[in-house]
Amino acid sequence: MAETTTSAMPRADIETVRADYLHMTQRRRLYSGVLILIFAVLMISGFNTADGRNAGGFWEGLHRLGDFPADLISEAYEKAANLPGHIFNALPALIETVNIAAVATILGCAGGVIFSLLGTRGLAYWPRLIPVFRRITDILRAIPEVVVALVLIFIMGGGPVPAMIAIALHTAGAMGKLFSEVNENTDMKPVEGLQSVGATWGQRIWLGVIPQVLPNYLSYGLLRFEINIRASAILGFVGAGGIGYELKNALTFGQGKFDEAAAIFLVLFLTIVAVDQLSSSLRNYLTKGSF
Amino acid sequence: MVMATQDLDNLRQAEIARIGRKKLFGFAIPAVLLAYFVYVFFAFDIMGLAERARMDNAAILVSDAVSYKTHVTRDNRSGEITVAIEGSRRATYAPDQIPAWASVDADRAEITLRYGHRVTYDGPIITYHHPEFGPIVVDTSNGVDLRLAEADIPDFINASGNRVSITTDAGRLSVTRNRTETMRYFLGWEMFFFDLASPFSGMAVGEVVSTVTSGAQIDPDRSNFALMIQNIWHNSIWRHGDVFWALGETILMAFLGTFGAAMIALPLAFFAATNFAPSKMVRFVIRRLFDFVRGLDALIFTIILSRAFGPGPLTGALAILLTDTGSFGKLFSEALENVDEKQIEGLASTGANAVQRNRFGVLPQIMPILLSQVLYFFESNTRSATIVGAIVGGGIGLLLTQAIQTTADWEKVTYYIVLIVLMVVAMDTISGRIRARLIKGDGAGK
Repeated sequence: MAETTTSAMPRADIETVRADYLHMTQRRRLYSGVLILIFAVLMISGFNTADGRNAGGFWEGLHRLGDFPADLISEAYEKAANLPGHIFNALPALIETVNIAAVATILGCAGGVIFSLLGTRGLAYWPRLIPVFRRITDILRAIPEVVVALVLIFIMGGGPVPAMIAIALHTAGAMGKLFSEVNENTDMKPVEGLQSVGATWGQRIWLGVIPQVLPNYLSYGLLRFEINIRASAILGFVGAGGIGYELKNALTFGQGKFDEAAAIFLVLFLTIVAVDQLSSSLRNYLTKGSF
Repeated sequence: MVMATQDLDNLRQAEIARIGRKKLFGFAIPAVLLAYFVYVFFAFDIMGLAERARMDNAAILVSDAVSYKTHVTRDNRSGEITVAIEGSRRATYAPDQIPAWASVDADRAEITLRYGHRVTYDGPIITYHHPEFGPIVVDTSNGVDLRLAEADIPDFINASGNRVSITTDAGRLSVTRNRTETMRYFLGWEMFFFDLASPFSGMAVGEVVSTVTSGAQIDPDRSNFALMIQNIWHNSIWRHGDVFWALGETILMAFLGTFGAAMIALPLAFFAATNFAPSKMVRFVIRRLFDFVRGLDALIFTIILSRAFGPGPLTGALAILLTDTGSFGKLFSEALENVDEKQIEGLASTGANAVQRNRFGVLPQIMPILLSQVLYFFESNTRSATIVGAIVGGGIGLLLTQAIQTTADWEKVTYYIVLIVLMVVAMDTISGRIRARLIKGDGAGK
């Protein structure tokens, strides 16, 4: 095929095609080259700016990178006998962190379901208010948890509740968006069928939509739980209770308490990995029907 | 053909049992959830929280976020009177700048509050003129002495030994032996554009416009417009310049962290993908490495890194970089496992070496997916960088935590929150647009 075309084509035409093609490739390469160059300049100058505004420089700090983990591990190793005790002592705080994440995920997902149902075309109870609910979820999603948590700590004092509310609000925003994407892909036939027999809005949603989307909701909810465990540990560090708070206390005592800090690091790491594993096999089950 | 009655009965029984089980399940889940919430109710001590919650703090927060107060303060010993916004030294009115509602003459002053309330300082005698209640006199010539027409003290006056304070909707007066202070509340954010040192201070919008467009040049070195921009940017109260630097720093942390992680994860992902890994052993090791850094989480990284590099944006960027290397490694290796082998075989048949095969056979296939994932992470990391910044002390997260910790600058906290939300929404929109284009294939292969 190619050969017949070539033989039929006058030689001059091939030359122009060839020149055009080369020209195009060159221009394309030039564009990519320029893009890569801009990117490289941005990365390097960005690195230098960040390095300049940092308290300690990158190159001076690099060789000290291993010092703290080494101190931590050596002290934990020396006092290895204390570790099981420290791990045991950290458990209540760990449970609090997991509880914060779990409650926030449940409440946030419930809020997300409501926002998504009110913000999806074709399903919304008040179709005119769809943009309002969408903007609300956008704003809830945009406010970082730490902002809400710090403000609430000022009003409520430290403890798990400010962190829980902060994470729940953010989760409601994030889930509202994800769930409404799920809702948009629902099959509308059951809903229309229900409508034709005179079902109310609540019945249409509960019997026509929820059975279709529930596996997806649950799978996204589990993924969010993984994220929220991390968020709840971080908020604890800012003062909202749980394992993060214990970690901060152990670290401020510094040397001599490093075995305690090491135990908390270990517990936190294992929890995150365990929750990740558990949720990923559950999600596999939900989407593929097998572990 | 026809089912025996026996069979039908069995089927019916089985079906009823199945529905029963489903029903039970349908009740069991809410019951378990309810039990869990009851447990959490006690574990989180919600009852105690109701007592501990400081609603007065909430009221301060809300009123401070939308209004400000100007203090008229007299040092009772020296008789010196200062008028300052929020009582701040940096926002003290010069004698010729003092607003009209406060007329100050040496140690005497007459302050007009809202709703017809008035306060006069006249030597040691301080009078609060309340339109309904009548004049309230405080004599400071010998201690602090409250004189009222009636015997019982109303709710809005708080008198105790050496201190009298009167709080009404119109304002507040507080008198001690050393100081007499009246606070008048105003709606809005004070000096948001120009501080008191600026020649534009106190001008209305129209005046500023006319000064900029047609007024006489204030500063011989630059135009009025440049002066205006310079004054806003270097506003000593709101420090807009620093705030925008901090926002940039937050975006910079997210940028360096995300793209740095992508550059490290991409080559490593080849070793973790089933179809590219040189050996099972290498693949296993790299995969566990990805899992490990992902599990360590940004919190642990920030702690370890700030010990080595000190607080600042670089530490935050590196923490994001390390965590995301794990996530990207996982995502990229999954993308690599799904590439079409045909193009690689085609290149191999022309004698291309491994680097060429990957560059021309693999990368063009996965690039749109990778870029869209990286952009998605960049956008969510802008938010994370705010949080990481609060811990490592960099960017807008640092300013925000500082403002919250003073527990007095709620208008600034509100300002920062608005800026953070705008920044995140802007990043979401931009990256969403680019990602939509990448997935549609318009920009593929670039």
